[in-house]
Amino acid sequence: MLKAENIVKSFGGAAVLRGVSAEVKKGEVVAIIGRSGSGKSTFLRCLNHLEVVDSGRIVVDGDEMVTTGADGRAVYAPDKQLRKICLKMGMVFQSYNLFPHFSVLRNLTEAQVHVLKRTRAQAKEKAMELLSKVGLADKADQYPCQLSGGQSQRVAIARALTMDPEILCFDEPTSALDPQLTKEVLSVMRELAQERHTMIVVTHEMSFAREVADRVIFMADGEIIEQGTAEEVLGEGRSDRMREFMG
Amino acid sequence: MSYFNDPTALMKLIGTLADGFQNTLYIFFMTLLFSLPLGLLVALGRMSRHKWLSAPIGLYILVMRGTPLMLQIFAVHFMIPNLLGINLDRMLSTIIAFVLNYAAYFAEIYRGGILAIPQGQYEAGKVLGFTRQQTFIRIIFPQVFKRILLPTSNEVITLVKDTSLATVIAVSEIFRAAKNEASRTASVEPLIVAGLFYLVMNAIITQVFNYIVRKMDYYKG
Repeated sequence: MLKAENIVKSFGGAAVLRGVSAEVKKGEVVAIIGRSGSGKSTFLRCLNHLEVVDSGRIVVDGDEMVTTGADGRAVYAPDKQLRKICLKMGMVFQSYNLFPHFSVLRNLTEAQVHVLKRTRAQAKEKAMELLSKVGLADKADQYPCQLSGGQSQRVAIARALTMDPEILCFDEPTSALDPQLTKEVLSVMRELAQERHTMIVVTHEMSFAREVADRVIFMADGEIIEQGTAEEVLGEGRSDRMREFMG
Repeated sequence: MSYFNDPTALMKLIGTLADGFQNTLYIFFMTLLFSLPLGLLVALGRMSRHKWLSAPIGLYILVMRGTPLMLQIFAVHFMIPNLLGINLDRMLSTIIAFVLNYAAYFAEIYRGGILAIPQGQYEAGKVLGFTRQQTFIRIIFPQVFKRILLPTSNEVITLVKDTSLATVIAVSEIFRAAKNEASRTASVEPLIVAGLFYLVMNAIITQVFNYIVRKMDYYKG
């Protein structure tokens, strides 16, 4: 479903990703964990083209998003194609990034109408279905400023799902939430995992990773240090480095 | 002569000044009509990643904001005909100078508004598949609009009063008309009428902006 090979990325000379390779299969839930500054969010953002890689190759669902050219620098797919490939990836941000000037419903319909060219009625039906799924159908006419953090994040998840992405990416989706609100967001994510949505989750929630993730990737200093099943990486037999990280 | 005790004399005075009112309103609306959209283009150019575009536009803004508008009116009226060998009528010179000057101010207001929008809004637009133009038109600009209302109202109110600068190249806007009438009749009343005109116009503008601000209050952020 998704393949990343040897992704290299630096910000102003500081290497953030030093050759990261990973693969995600259809229906798999992958949790990426690691300290702040380990490069895990940057890696996720590279998969979405929110960051431009210096070199490496990313293939989504058989389509090449970026590859390394003969000169060793990244070559991206042409604009239009690139946008189409990126649409296969949904994204949920730590800070929700809902559109404050649109109602909740319009947050969910705007891209369906103007990007996917669905009719307003189709878009609305899809939006209401997804809002019900995250338990917020009654908030359709409200504005993002009227929602709690947990509700905002659930709306953001529903918004990402309106585009029918092949892979749903989460960038620390609960880091801005208190434990109660975290619970309501995680329960939505758990439900998505049960429905076999392909998910990549950058998270600090060890219990979520242990419980829900099929595979856990541990990153440090811009590299993948370990990966395996949750039991292998986080279980009793975990490495010293993992023990140190988990405290 | 005492206009304020004599309604017919007052009406006659207002009649005398009517052309002035009209010219002032004309300068005001033409300036807004052209400088508001031009300002947005200037702001986008100023924010361009391309130095060849942003640098000259930065210089243009510096000159427009850094020299008196009065001087700019002279410059347009007397230098452009010399350089280009064309004749500019006084009103046209005035409007060109005002548009160039106000576009620079509006550009900086737009730029401030655009920079205040969190990066996450662009990213959300992008991951939902919007093109850069769609993101700007549908997501960013509507939010910028709300944020720039108050600074824009300041500029618009200043513009009302700045129209009086057109007098320097003998455009007979309200200030010039009132001044002439005041010297002709050796009275201050025409100037008071002109003053009231500016005040009433700005009171109306203030109300219009307050109304739009209230309309935009349906969301926070």
